[in-house]
Amino acid sequence: MAEEITVRATTAELASARALAEGRRMHAISSAVRYALLAGVGFLMLYPLIWLIGASFKTNSEIFANPGFIPSEPTLTGYIEGWRTSTPYTFATFFWNTFLIILPKTIGTAISCAAVAYGFARFEFPGKRILFATLIATLLLPNVVTRIPQYLLFRDLGWLDSFLPLWVPSAFAGDAFFVFMLIQFLRAIPRDMEEAARVDGANTLQTLIYIVVPMLAPALISVCLFQFMWTMNDFLGPLIYLSSVDKYPISLALKLSIDTTEAFQWNRILAMSVLALVPALTVFFLAQKYFIEGISTGGVKG
Amino acid sequence: MGGDSKYLGLAYVAPYIAGLLIFTAVPFVASFYLSFTDYSLMRPPQWSGLENYTELFTRDRTFRKSLSVTLLYVFMTVPLKLIFALFIAYILNYRLKFINFFRTAYYVPSILGGSIAVAVLWRYIFADAGLVNMAITAFGGEAVNWFGDPGNALFTITLLRLWQFGSAMVIFLAALQSIDKTLYEAAAIDGAGKWHTFVYITLPLITPVIFFNLIMQMVQAFQEFNGPYVITEGGPLKSTYLLPLYIYEEAFKKFHMGYASAIAWVLFAIIMVLTLIAFWSSRHWVYYAGDKRS
Repeated sequence: MAEEITVRATTAELASARALAEGRRMHAISSAVRYALLAGVGFLMLYPLIWLIGASFKTNSEIFANPGFIPSEPTLTGYIEGWRTSTPYTFATFFWNTFLIILPKTIGTAISCAAVAYGFARFEFPGKRILFATLIATLLLPNVVTRIPQYLLFRDLGWLDSFLPLWVPSAFAGDAFFVFMLIQFLRAIPRDMEEAARVDGANTLQTLIYIVVPMLAPALISVCLFQFMWTMNDFLGPLIYLSSVDKYPISLALKLSIDTTEAFQWNRILAMSVLALVPALTVFFLAQKYFIEGISTGGVKG
Repeated sequence: MGGDSKYLGLAYVAPYIAGLLIFTAVPFVASFYLSFTDYSLMRPPQWSGLENYTELFTRDRTFRKSLSVTLLYVFMTVPLKLIFALFIAYILNYRLKFINFFRTAYYVPSILGGSIAVAVLWRYIFADAGLVNMAITAFGGEAVNWFGDPGNALFTITLLRLWQFGSAMVIFLAALQSIDKTLYEAAAIDGAGKWHTFVYITLPLITPVIFFNLIMQMVQAFQEFNGPYVITEGGPLKSTYLLPLYIYEEAFKKFHMGYASAIAWVLFAIIMVLTLIAFWSSRHWVYYAGDKRS
């Protein structure tokens, strides 16, 4: 009886070993195909960006003559002249303006979204179900519907041509996506620590600040990073609300330089495009783990 | 937490309630009202009934063109982007080395794709003597007039969005990685091939994520503005004149606030109807683990 089982087991082992070897060979071939495919697609996707960096150091005549990314006579003219712009301001002004929008917007988002997510995830209160439903609804609500009355509202408040319309709504937890992401994150955290703090006499605000926020930190960092990126890229908001060039952020300034730069000064625009991408790229590479995690939790659990 | 007032939670969500009312709910209702008015900022809104809508649907040729371009754009980009994102995620999901490297490389365009700098880049690489045409002619092909030909122009805008497939891919990849490996082993023992395993095990298990990506990508694609505004300026012959561009010009160039609101509501209605169809149909194709219905 026992022998029979052993024999059977060995036959099974043999069969599976054979299958395994066969599988390995197939695996080697198919993984080679996969790597080739991935590398090919990756190259096609990243080459435009690589080319952009190279082209920003080229002379104007070389940009449309050389598909390679290494400039034959590297020059900084694009950067020097592009930075100066054809307006009375330099790109330093535009970077500073972008920063002045991003800073309050990111801080306002982090504080308001953390408080609101805490309220939703840890308390029962009248109307909670309905409010949560509105949160999901705003997640899907296209901004295009509310944009015109918002503009009229900010006009009546006298906020046109200021940075306020660009960040104040976010400071009221206006980006439902972030609130939702933080709620999901909080729901997955056990409440033991918070309950212990309450037993020790902390009130809910102290619990939020000293217990919840530190635990939420990774998710909050994701929120700030996404808000940073989206604000860097935001174009329509500034386009609608800002009219004086001295208040332009980088996105508007770039569009302006396409419209005003003489048709032959390609390298200036490309050089400034590179500079416009540098902050986003730097932040992304320093903190990519938070982006990937943020998008995975926010998305999958949604 | 026991002893707290039942209104304490409301205090924490108060900023959200205030923001919801001031920046979302009131504007939402107001824009619906404005869509039935004639309002050009000079004088108060004048009630005009269905005038804006009849104008849109019976006389406004620009609207008709813009609407059809928008639908074409969305129905081209969303499925292509989802299929491509899933395909790459599927390949990445094999235990490959450098998976993190590839994931990052593919994700970078999603981070940058919405920016004006990338739209500028697109203008240059698809220019007559740009990178793409240089590559085509180098391989013996004929240079393509990307922005002069109406069909090609929309295609370049579509490519810009496809290029940003990384965010959808990251979500797909996370879903694929969370699938229980024993299911694949069981399928392999039953002799299922790769294709069958994919169709009968992988796909059903990630339908919630497909659904999520589908809705999100659709809502975003309908609102695309930066690409066509900067790259093609809506042309040539309005072939890339998506509805958000039309709304922007009506509202903030011509200050036809009432008319622009009506266009915005048509766009909103289309998005809503498609979203509702997706939600309604999801009962038949989205599988939630642990749900007895399926």
